Amino acid sequence: MSTPQEAASAKDGSMIKQKEMIAGHYSALSRAKADGKKVVYTFVPGNLTELLLAFDVLPVYPEINALQSGMRKKSGAYIAEAERLGHSEDVCTYVKCDIGMLKSGNFGPTGEKLPEPDLLLLSYTGCFTFMKWFELLKREYNCPVAMMHVPYQGDGVFTPEMRDYVVAQLRTEVVPALEALTGKKLDEAKLSEALARSRVAEDDLVAVLESAKRRPSPIDAYFGGVYYIGPIFTSFRGTEAAVDYYRTLRAEVDERVRLGLGPLTPDGAITHEKYRLVIEGPPNWTNFQEFWKMFSSEGAVVVASSYTKVGGVYDNGFRHDPERPLETLAEYCAGCYTNLNLPTRIDMLSRYVREYEADGLLINSVKSCNSFSAGQLLILREVEARTGVPGGFIETDLVDPRYFSAANIKNRIESYLQMIEQKRRNASTRAHAATPTVAPPRPAKKLEVLR
Amino acid sequence: MTNEAESGGAAPSAVDEVVARAEALYHDVELSSVQRWRDAHGGAKAVGYMPIYVPRELIHAAGMLPVGLMGGRGQVEIIRGDAWFQSYICQIPRSTIELALTGRYALLDGFLFPSICDVIRNLSGMWKVLFPEKYVRYLDVPQNYDPDVGGRFFGSELRSLYADLCALSGEAPSDERLRASIALYNDNRRSIGRLMELRATEPWSVPAWEVYLALYAGNLLPVEEHTALVDAYIAAARAASRPRRDNARVVLSGAFCEQPPLELIRTLELAGCYVVADDMALGRRWPEGDIEVTGDPIAAIAEAFITRSPATAARYEPHGDRGAPLVQLVRKSHAEGVVLAAPSFCDPALLEQPILQDSLDKERLPWTAFKYSENLGQFQIIREQAGTFADSIKLWSEA
Amino acid sequence: MKTFVGIDLGSTTTKAVMLDEDGAVLGRGITNSRSNYHLAADIARDEAFVEARFTLLDRALVAAGETGDEAVAFRKRLLYQLRKVQQMAQLASLRARALEEAVGARLGHHGDLVARLEHIFDVIEADWKKPRLTGVKGSDFFRDQAASDFSRCAERVADRDLKFDVLMSVFDKVIIQVENARIDLTFEGNIRTALTRCLRGEAPERHARYEAAVLSVADTPIDVARAIGTGYGRQTLPFPKESIRSEILCHGLGAHVMFPGTATVLDIGGQDTKAIQVDGDGIVTSFQMNDRCAAGCGRYLGYIADEMNMGVHELGPLAMQSTRTVKINSTCTVFAGAELRDRLTMGQKREDILAGLHRAIILRAMALLARSGGIADEFTFTGGVANNEAAVRALRQLVKENYGSRTINISADSIYTGALGAALFAVRAGASEEHPS
Repeated sequence: MSTPQEAASAKDGSMIKQKEMIAGHYSALSRAKADGKKVVYTFVPGNLTELLLAFDVLPVYPEINALQSGMRKKSGAYIAEAERLGHSEDVCTYVKCDIGMLKSGNFGPTGEKLPEPDLLLLSYTGCFTFMKWFELLKREYNCPVAMMHVPYQGDGVFTPEMRDYVVAQLRTEVVPALEALTGKKLDEAKLSEALARSRVAEDDLVAVLESAKRRPSPIDAYFGGVYYIGPIFTSFRGTEAAVDYYRTLRAEVDERVRLGLGPLTPDGAITHEKYRLVIEGPPNWTNFQEFWKMFSSEGAVVVASSYTKVGGVYDNGFRHDPERPLETLAEYCAGCYTNLNLPTRIDMLSRYVREYEADGLLINSVKSCNSFSAGQLLILREVEARTGVPGGFIETDLVDPRYFSAANIKNRIESYLQMIEQKRRNASTRAHAATPTVAPPRPAKKLEVLR
Repeated sequence: MTNEAESGGAAPSAVDEVVARAEALYHDVELSSVQRWRDAHGGAKAVGYMPIYVPRELIHAAGMLPVGLMGGRGQVEIIRGDAWFQSYICQIPRSTIELALTGRYALLDGFLFPSICDVIRNLSGMWKVLFPEKYVRYLDVPQNYDPDVGGRFFGSELRSLYADLCALSGEAPSDERLRASIALYNDNRRSIGRLMELRATEPWSVPAWEVYLALYAGNLLPVEEHTALVDAYIAAARAASRPRRDNARVVLSGAFCEQPPLELIRTLELAGCYVVADDMALGRRWPEGDIEVTGDPIAAIAEAFITRSPATAARYEPHGDRGAPLVQLVRKSHAEGVVLAAPSFCDPALLEQPILQDSLDKERLPWTAFKYSENLGQFQIIREQAGTFADSIKLWSEA
Repeated sequence: MKTFVGIDLGSTTTKAVMLDEDGAVLGRGITNSRSNYHLAADIARDEAFVEARFTLLDRALVAAGETGDEAVAFRKRLLYQLRKVQQMAQLASLRARALEEAVGARLGHHGDLVARLEHIFDVIEADWKKPRLTGVKGSDFFRDQAASDFSRCAERVADRDLKFDVLMSVFDKVIIQVENARIDLTFEGNIRTALTRCLRGEAPERHARYEAAVLSVADTPIDVARAIGTGYGRQTLPFPKESIRSEILCHGLGAHVMFPGTATVLDIGGQDTKAIQVDGDGIVTSFQMNDRCAAGCGRYLGYIADEMNMGVHELGPLAMQSTRTVKINSTCTVFAGAELRDRLTMGQKREDILAGLHRAIILRAMALLARSGGIADEFTFTGGVANNEAAVRALRQLVKENYGSRTINISADSIYTGALGAALFAVRAGASEEHPS
């Protein structure tokens, strides 16, 4: 069975490049102890990759390991192992998958054993579970933890006081912890150089994601999008490799636009774009391809998604600023999607529906992630009310195969897409046909949501 | 057993009266006591807040009544709450939304959502959308305990919150008033502290469900009235000279946000457990000890939070291990075991349970664990589990 | 004659509805879904064909001026006789297979087993040949009728040497074969036999007219211009993709056809619950389905019935006797049993607990409705649970409490809602093909 990367790599040089980057990173991790390199475990949202680069340490992202385990069909056994050890069936399956992997020898996605952390860098951004996750890991590894609490944008703003608080934590917690770990002082020039490279890659990423405003969209901004965000949301932001990757990717996408091609999928390119969707929520990883195919086989293309903003929202204009290294890191962390309040998320998704001319907003509600999921049903109603496009709602999980009921999900997706189709057809019949419909038209119904 | 208690006849009506008053408040989903307070205070405003901790002193000093919102206590039918939440989300946001959308919170002018977990955090945003006419604020408490870092940040948050609250009530901000409010809440916490000591030394005098009701009353009563109620309860309970039973002494942990039904607390005791410490209505006992009443009052509240917050799952534990505070609490309260009672789907409580269990195991402290929800309707399984647990503790101590 | 068919392949029953070009219902059919969806669809469709030919017969009789009571009585007799012919054909098949099974089986009672089976079938056949006052139902009920009669006879025939269980095991094995066999149950194939029986003793002038009408109807070619499939098993239908519609869409349209004022639809079936909003043309504008949790759908009632040792259909009537509804908090199927036992131990009345459980289910449905956009006027309630009076009572109450006055539509035929919608989609698809815009 070919992975999406493999299928797509036949055409896309960027895919090959990304594969090499990832393989290189895991290979460096497997040699870390021998090479005398320090290893830092940290999280994707609000990650401090440039700072880690400046200290020349290697990051490990447990979320990425968990999603990779999901794609490699190993997560079910890992989760079962964690539950056997007393972890509740109610809680986040990323955590349980990670704990299960750890207890099963800690072999990473490439089959190589992952090095133990020398530091747990707890960037507590947008997700409460992160805090508990590293409390659990601390017990396993007994290594130091550097905590950086990024305040939530409860009122939709990141105030100067909040920024000062995060910067102060960088100065008094994070940087000293990295200095103690490496025995080196922070090289601010090196940090600024990395931030400058981030900026270049960020420009190209935004261009790639915004290419989906075209018809047909040359990309799928969710299923394809998760590959595009891979390097920049993990260990490569701020590297020359990332700059190169995004330059290549952008050129490829530009070429697809020139040729009028639709998005590439594991089953080939989508030739007829029938539906344009915005998707809110993370994807399911255990049945990723099957899930994607439920959309691609119907000609449904995702033109914008919130998940591709979890490691940073760039399409609102934010770029890392090499002139203000610590401040820019603080602002970056605070701006990650799950650190935004619900009204801001509603604004953003409504804007996506309008700017990307989407036919609907579909929410993939994952059981594991309350940070995303709590309140999604309200988001759905509000975006529907503001944009007039129909909303759809499906439920899966990140990496728990027990929560992927294929028939059920397919049924809902089909119903949803057919509903869009029927509404569209009805609207055009009404617009063009002079003959009255069978039933006398009723005034538009005002729905009465209980409130 | 029941006969013994009844025929003891010693229980004077004073205890029953205080408990009945507290119980009436517990069952009052319409918040009629708040309405009465407003009427008596010329329509003064009231501000609701969710668990676990908010600085009630700020609301009080702004001339408003702080109202603790602790879900539906199994007393409301849920329709709207289920409409907005998926099946894998806990109960408290459902009943909270249900109560609000059915108008039971209409008499509250503002709502504070302190940092507990992602569900309550997102609930603050839902509130902003659903109730745009109300004052709604998410209160992020610091997870960094350096006074110059987390302390300074919290101070700035509190200052801005106090300014908002004063704007809402129309009161002028005043350090003097803040200090007076702090003093009243210090009194309140001292009274509660005495009650906690009493339950740790003579749990048979103060049944857990009564203690809980006495604490719960603090959600609704003005602070002075609540202090008086707690004092009256202590006096009455002491005088009641209730019979001592051969129960196991346990700590109840995990119930800091969504509250267990009253019947569950009663069930534990009937099954043979004396609850000598717990984390229910934890905000009533936060911070531990007095807040400084001289100097900058906001800085004093921030300082107390940074240095004297009780350990709980929603707070980061920077030093040592996560299980240590629970072990300490067991030792301090001379408990013989721990009941880990977590609400279903409660991320903070459930994620750390393996750590707590491991810590207790290492100290050879017995524990039992179950999940509940605020609208749990049947207690037979818990009765059996708690009964077996109590019996095993007694056997253990005899061995 | 040009017709349009909708087939709804549900998890328990399969339904077919046939419409004419004007969208008028010609015939309907229903059968249990079996393990073979394909066959179930065929049987339901054949049923619809039979009904359709009777509709045509009605039209033919009217055209021939036969509108009196005699004609109505004749039609009734004809249907009765056709059902009998169909039933006897199925029974004969059952008998042949049972005997074959008995001979083939090494049960140590060969001769005896065969003889006793022969006896059982003789009794049943004799019984079924007798004229009955009540009508004979369609093929979907053959299994039920045969099972009940067979087991009654088997009880009498069984003894220590040949146990009841052995006899029933033969039945259980062959009934599946009969259900999955293609037996000719069509109008064309059986109507002549039925007609002959009906015409005995008929006045000669009517005799000729009736016969002419029936035979002309039997010979009328019925052409299915378009068929649309829906329902949970729709993917297994041998239909091209464009002829398959989601059951949500079909359900919305079907409800609109049954009650043109429909704005909101609630369907509580065995496996899932759907809340649907439709516009003035019956087009779905929003929908929600229950999640993984079975709470609030028909299956939950099944658990409760098992727990109480009752039949599902007995729950509603018992709950109606309640005078004081008990508040049930947990609609979780896992906890429901425990809560039920707990309450019974506490001495609460069964009917009061059941009333509480029905309310709890409807509360879940109310949440789903709110999630889909609320309840607008008019409100149509469909699905198996719509036949449960206690559920309907709870629904009426909760709708009133939460939305005020709403017209609530419930049809006895609501089981056909999805198939009806599918059939109408077939008419519309046919129309748009003829007149491409």
